[in-house]
Amino acid sequence: MKKEKTSLLRNGAVQSLLASLLCILIGLVVGYVALLVINPAGAGEAILTIIKNFMTYSKSTAQLKYLGSTLVKTAPLLMCSLSVLFAYKAGLFNIGAAGQYVAGVGASLYCALAWGMPWYVCLLAAIVAGALLGAVSGLLKAYCNVNEVISCIMLNWISLYLVNMLLSTVKEEASPYTLTLSSTNPGAIMPSLGLGALFSKNQYVTVAIPLAILVAVVVWVILEKTKLGYELRATGCNKFAAKYCGMKEKENLILTMAISGALASMGAALLYLTGFEQWQCTQSAVPAMGFNGIAAAFLGGLNPLGSILSSYFIQHITNGGAYVDKTMYSAQISDFISALIIYLCGFVLFFKVTLNGYLDRRDEKRKRAEQTAQEGGDAE
Amino acid sequence: MEYPYAVEMLNITKRFPGIVANDNITLQLKKGEIHALLGENGAGKSTLMSVLFGLYSPEEGVIKKDGQVVEIKDPNDANALGIGMVHQHFKLVECFSVLDNIIMGVEPCKHGFLQKGEAREKVLALSEKYGLHVDPDALVEDITVGMQQRTEILKMLYRDNEILIFDEPTAVLTPQEIKELMQIMKNLAAEGKSILFISHKLNEIMEVADRCSVLRKGKYIGTVEIKNTTREELSRMMVGRDVEFVVHKEPAKPGKTILEVEGMTVASKSHDNNAVKGVSFQARAGEIVCIAGIDGNGQTELVYGLTGLEPLKEGKITLEGQDITHASIRRRSTMGMSHIPEDRHKHGLVLDYTLEDNMVLQRYFEPQFVNSAGFLKRKAIREYAAKLIGQYDVRSGQGPVTVARSMSGGNQQKAIIAREIDKNPELLIAVQPTRGLDVGAIEYIHRQIVAQRDAGKAVLLVSLELDEVMALSDRILVMYEGEIVGELDPKATTVEELGLYMAGAKREGK
Repeated sequence: MKKEKTSLLRNGAVQSLLASLLCILIGLVVGYVALLVINPAGAGEAILTIIKNFMTYSKSTAQLKYLGSTLVKTAPLLMCSLSVLFAYKAGLFNIGAAGQYVAGVGASLYCALAWGMPWYVCLLAAIVAGALLGAVSGLLKAYCNVNEVISCIMLNWISLYLVNMLLSTVKEEASPYTLTLSSTNPGAIMPSLGLGALFSKNQYVTVAIPLAILVAVVVWVILEKTKLGYELRATGCNKFAAKYCGMKEKENLILTMAISGALASMGAALLYLTGFEQWQCTQSAVPAMGFNGIAAAFLGGLNPLGSILSSYFIQHITNGGAYVDKTMYSAQISDFISALIIYLCGFVLFFKVTLNGYLDRRDEKRKRAEQTAQEGGDAE
Repeated sequence: MEYPYAVEMLNITKRFPGIVANDNITLQLKKGEIHALLGENGAGKSTLMSVLFGLYSPEEGVIKKDGQVVEIKDPNDANALGIGMVHQHFKLVECFSVLDNIIMGVEPCKHGFLQKGEAREKVLALSEKYGLHVDPDALVEDITVGMQQRTEILKMLYRDNEILIFDEPTAVLTPQEIKELMQIMKNLAAEGKSILFISHKLNEIMEVADRCSVLRKGKYIGTVEIKNTTREELSRMMVGRDVEFVVHKEPAKPGKTILEVEGMTVASKSHDNNAVKGVSFQARAGEIVCIAGIDGNGQTELVYGLTGLEPLKEGKITLEGQDITHASIRRRSTMGMSHIPEDRHKHGLVLDYTLEDNMVLQRYFEPQFVNSAGFLKRKAIREYAAKLIGQYDVRSGQGPVTVARSMSGGNQQKAIIAREIDKNPELLIAVQPTRGLDVGAIEYIHRQIVAQRDAGKAVLLVSLELDEVMALSDRILVMYEGEIVGELDPKATTVEELGLYMAGAKREGK
């Protein structure tokens, strides 16, 4: 049989990438229009500032340093997007990544500050805490038929206030922030392995970043190459078929939520064990990181490798937003623009359908042209 | 001279991403005729009807009513033009009376109060005129499927529809009810109604239709006068090749008992009553035992109980001497039970998986397909899938890597059958294995099932199609309201007798 040549545009990954880029582009344009409406004078500059992020610095050493800072915060975002993605592939919507992230903060910082554990123990503690929290939602769904979205949202708040209580025991006396790792337990800071030096001695650039990327690859391998991934994706695509062929749906469901939770809480450890941030024990809102993970997962086309790019992008414009002139625009402007882009992600499918329709028509025309050419040839 | 056509669909083309569902199709329905629309699944019948009802707008082509070009944008437009349809799955409100269902949407009102008296007279007059017997005050949930269908027909007549479309109307009926329906359709046509009869059952088309239009793979093949054609010609037009109707099989040589069911009771999901009530039977090696019955009499739940999809309330199942009453689905499968499920999209396939991944759905955990570290052996899976695809002639766009969703129903079913048979089971449970398939695929699947029997397997076939039951089975068990009401020998019984058992009018020992 003759193998038909297929257009590169037919490739699913290429389509996802194109669609995501289109979302970003339209999002930036709409964002620009919104900035124009708010304050026409600074709109052009503001949008450029957001896109440029660390490039606003003229010195290359400063640029590198702040690229490093963006990367430091990309790692946890990537982990949260992997968490959402992993559950989503198995047909679950883990809106609890935010709460699992908080549990990761609590477990890792408490181990580091109260017990003086080394970083790898703290990291493990965070993973276990998130896995347990995820498993609770999984258990509730498997045995009590509680929708995971409901239980996750409630657990988000439960974990936030529990962690606030827990970490209040290791906070500074004069402020609501937890003690710094560098003053209390330097052994809990993740090793830099010389990576910091590459980014103009940015001390917060550690193994956390390559570790997060490694996890993304591992998640991809698990989902695509292993028996476990085969079962989880089958359950996600069609749980009835999964049951029909004897997959253990309940066990798989709990396992999925546990792994998903572990990914999110590991993300928290990858940020807090660099010493980049301290936890504010009076926090009354779940940190946005877990929810942004949902956005990053979808913008990345629900592909673990796509998540790496999308997480970086979202973090890039979020950081960029910090440089916008605050006298003209409010501090939330970058959140606003990333929200626009994410909103436009809804058009990814629309874009794919339109593109495929166009390709179909083109192929058909070509076929018809070939046919008439052939018929013409036969007639001669 | 009066314009001869009630409705015409001229040169209709409708595309969907990836396929042309209707490719330049022309359908002309004469006034007062019964016009059959024949085609296998995926031939484009439903799309064409959706175009007629304004659910899809075609890229090319026009629709004419009485010679005038009309634009149908939504079902209300179609209704206004006098086009009505009896859907395969009835659209009735279960807890309303027959009369309420008929007038629903066009209730006669005076000052906001219902005028049911008028409506009742009109309904009774119509039912008298066309021989559509219904009890206007009975609740829909209490009446038979046949009466529900008559209610649907009255709904169309009440709205003064001139063009009546019947979508696979006989699928849910007993032989007696089918006969009645045929007579009703003839009466309607005699009264000047134009009828479009969608079906893939050639016998019914030969009996009732005046003309027949055939679609194949989205293309219009032709229109023939029924009196000048034969069943064989129609099937050739539909499938594109000659088809054998008779299933050749030797007399059965039943061996040892493979499956033994004692007092099986399964709860129902939709009501408090049990769906299966204390059923006992056996299936032996080398025979095809057929469970016949009208849809919804507990066959589905019986199979769920056997395969482990639903727990038993009471009873015992033994497979080759081993008690499997509480065994897991996986355990039953590895012990030699294969299951061709009733709903291939719900249970049989992961539609977003590739064909090769679907081919190993029951075996992916075997050492030949997965290594000890849990990684799938992609190469082995592909080779295995390619082998099955060749052996069972499963056709698809890109071979093993075709996404199952993009395959035709017949080939999806062939893939499931290949997977289940290649497991080399001791017991093959096949539920409606040919549902919605064209005659070519049916012929193929029937041969495979007989081959399994001849290889010494026990086959349990659940079917709603009487022709299939009569052609394949060595023993027939009739289910009615969750019980087995009769065991019949296909060689010694008739379709009519079977129908009486299925309708509950007759049962053994009573």
